[in-house]
Amino acid sequence: MTSTGQETLVRVRGLRFAFGPRPIYDGVDLDIPRGKVTAIMGPSGTGKTTLLRLIGGQWRPQGGTVEFDGVDVHKQSRSQLFELRKRMGMLFQTGGLFTDLTVFDNVAFPLREHSGLPESMIRDIALMKLEAVGLRGAAELYPEQISGGMSRRVALARAIALEPAMVMYDEPFTGQDPISMGVLMRLIRTLNQALGLTSIIVSHDVEEVLSISDHAYVVSGGKVLDHGTPEAIRNSPSELVQQFLQGEPDGPVRFHYKAARDYAADLLGGAP
Amino acid sequence: MKVVGEFLRGVGEATLFLFAILSALPAALLRPRLVVHQLYMIGMLSLIIIAISGSFIGMVLALQGYRTLAQFGAASSLGVVVAFSVVRELGPVVTALLFAGRAGSALAAEIGLMKATDQLSAMEMMAVDPIKRVVAPRFLAGFIAMPLLAAIFAMMAIGVAGGHLIGVILLGLDDGSYWSQIHQSLHPHDIWESMLKSLVFGAAVSWIALYQGYHAAPTSEGVSRATTSTVVVSSLAVLALDFVLTAFMFR
Repeated sequence: MTSTGQETLVRVRGLRFAFGPRPIYDGVDLDIPRGKVTAIMGPSGTGKTTLLRLIGGQWRPQGGTVEFDGVDVHKQSRSQLFELRKRMGMLFQTGGLFTDLTVFDNVAFPLREHSGLPESMIRDIALMKLEAVGLRGAAELYPEQISGGMSRRVALARAIALEPAMVMYDEPFTGQDPISMGVLMRLIRTLNQALGLTSIIVSHDVEEVLSISDHAYVVSGGKVLDHGTPEAIRNSPSELVQQFLQGEPDGPVRFHYKAARDYAADLLGGAP
Repeated sequence: MKVVGEFLRGVGEATLFLFAILSALPAALLRPRLVVHQLYMIGMLSLIIIAISGSFIGMVLALQGYRTLAQFGAASSLGVVVAFSVVRELGPVVTALLFAGRAGSALAAEIGLMKATDQLSAMEMMAVDPIKRVVAPRFLAGFIAMPLLAAIFAMMAIGVAGGHLIGVILLGLDDGSYWSQIHQSLHPHDIWESMLKSLVFGAAVSWIALYQGYHAAPTSEGVSRATTSTVVVSSLAVLALDFVLTAFMFR
């Protein structure tokens, strides 16, 4: 595997992206350090998932660049992009498991598609990946027979099947009970260490994410508000970051959605 | 104006989608196991509905045909009437309509749901092209399955469970003349034209179903809309294409 050996694995510069008229990113710079766990946090609807799709090259930005290991993701041909993606794993919020395949076949899927290894070896690798997430016993079950937390662990096993350089986690903790949350947190941390991965976690579960990450970004309104170590983020001077961390209902992000007319006029004025 | 624009946009998108499928076909041919699996899902599982409908159509044709033919004292030609209408027209068309309802809707719903649950995105992020892995094998299977299903439909309609059952066993026509008249008057080119029709219908229904599923909005409403429009659009397309093809084949 070729590697430029730089400190930064993913370099995002001046990223601009909009859904139709609605701007999502307006000149964002990010550096994802190699071998570390980086958290990207922000209120719902700030396009954190969009960021992962932009890094993975599924969507195209309107401006700016995304470099993965020194290669501009959006200047690649489709086959070059696919080569790059073999070095990225992605864990979707819902898992994205193939419902017509067993857990085992799901994990074996990328190996069968890309590795060209004999079936006996694919079986061993898939079972090792499943053992790493503690689900070797569930190998013969179908995705609808396992819980949401378990599907995410299967999806994680599938994402690391090809030994990628980087894994992107999209809201890995949403809707998890404390036990499976703990399991996932430990897995993300230990896999990052054991496999020498680079991890990007997109989440709004502030405490959980900060406790396992080495570096964190807070994004909102299309801008990076603050970044640094989890400690630095906790002591951030930005009001918006503090509101987000403390979960206060009112602050720079208003409790009231902006209305066209003021409240009294709306009540007393009758229907327009 | 807006409706026309939307329509043209859809047609353009669908055409590009067809080109993408066609260029992925060689890759699908290299993975015969995927195609065989889809042949089972699309073809084999549609077999029962096709066989039963074929028999009923054959029986009804025999009853109706007999009444008319008997007026001219030509009841012994019943086999020819049944065979011609089934092979030339009803076989491919009714099979395609049933195929759209049974297999087309299932394809659209399956692919729409795969999209809605991020399975297609996950595949893309694993550097696997969903057009090659998911769409092309299904298209190819639909293309292969349709003529076979139409042939089975025609055999059921003409044969011992359809026209033959009513004509020979119920109405007492001569068994030998039923078959020999069919044999004499049905030419190979009738059968080739019937096959050509069902190939075209198979490609059209599969294309429409896959397009609707692949471009469905990733919500439950989007999937339901994709399923409905698959059945509606492909039924209309089959009937329109049938007219065009028949007009070309008319001699």
